[in-house]
Amino acid sequence: MIAAWPCPGPSGQCEEYALAFDRGRGHRVLIIPALFDEANRMRRMLVDTMRLLDAAGIDTFLPDLPGCNESPQSFTAQSLHGWRVAMEHAARHFRTTDVLAVRGGALVFPAMLPGWVLEPAKGPSILRQMLRARTIAAREVGQHEDSAALLEQGRSEGLELAGYRCGASLIAGLQDALPQIEGQRIISQAELGGGGLWLRAEPAAAPEQSAALARLIAADLSV
Amino acid sequence: MNRTDSTLRAILQDVLGLSAERVAAFDATTGLFGDLPELDSMAVAGLLTEIEDRLDIVIEDDEVDGELLENYGNLLSFLEDKIAQSQEE
Repeated sequence: MIAAWPCPGPSGQCEEYALAFDRGRGHRVLIIPALFDEANRMRRMLVDTMRLLDAAGIDTFLPDLPGCNESPQSFTAQSLHGWRVAMEHAARHFRTTDVLAVRGGALVFPAMLPGWVLEPAKGPSILRQMLRARTIAAREVGQHEDSAALLEQGRSEGLELAGYRCGASLIAGLQDALPQIEGQRIISQAELGGGGLWLRAEPAAAPEQSAALARLIAADLSV
Repeated sequence: MNRTDSTLRAILQDVLGLSAERVAAFDATTGLFGDLPELDSMAVAGLLTEIEDRLDIVIEDDEVDGELLENYGNLLSFLEDKIAQSQEE
């Protein structure tokens, strides 16, 4: 279930982990998680999807982005470029044939693989929302923070957003990043039914959404 | 129920993970930020961003204060005014 994969980091080669359903089958799908807190809110739904795909004869791999989950790397040292390189390494290591990128995962997925992109998110939208959460939290304790000034600070020295100590390169990267979709099928939330789990204030399972996503992937792979 | 009202209820339903029936029962005095424990600053930020996307408006930082999010009625009338303004322009 838990597989390791070698990943280059700022301080040399290190070992990262992935949740894997690997039985050496022909279809091997790499799943690139959403970024930041959205990854937590969607993880249960994705893992349930992986179980269903396993039962349908499809291998799946959900790697940690370096600096996230079980990763030994520092979050502050990460950038979109670093994550993109890491995900290419994971794709090569697990010899994946297809990719499913979720939300902000579409900013860092290996676009050379065919597959699907679930509700791709733009870098500026992700950044704007986290800056807004920070200004709202500041206001709650009677302080005033200005988004534009925070962004400037973030670009030069890094910034803590939603509990993540983001380095300057990650902030600068998010500011302009757009999903690089090259022929992958875009899946909209409406195809899964229900509300988007990344919006949900608390993480939750969504068995119907997992089933719809697994069905859609299995049908496209015609297994 | 006008379009802004129904859109706002649909977004709250997604953010809070509530049933359509429970959200339909919200009235102008239903408390939001401070009354609903799920609505922390991150969830409010997500809520506002989703409102902007679905209603095609921009909410400025300085428009977001405690009063705006105090109850359903305040948030709805703010959005209705905002949409009326953008249609006049």
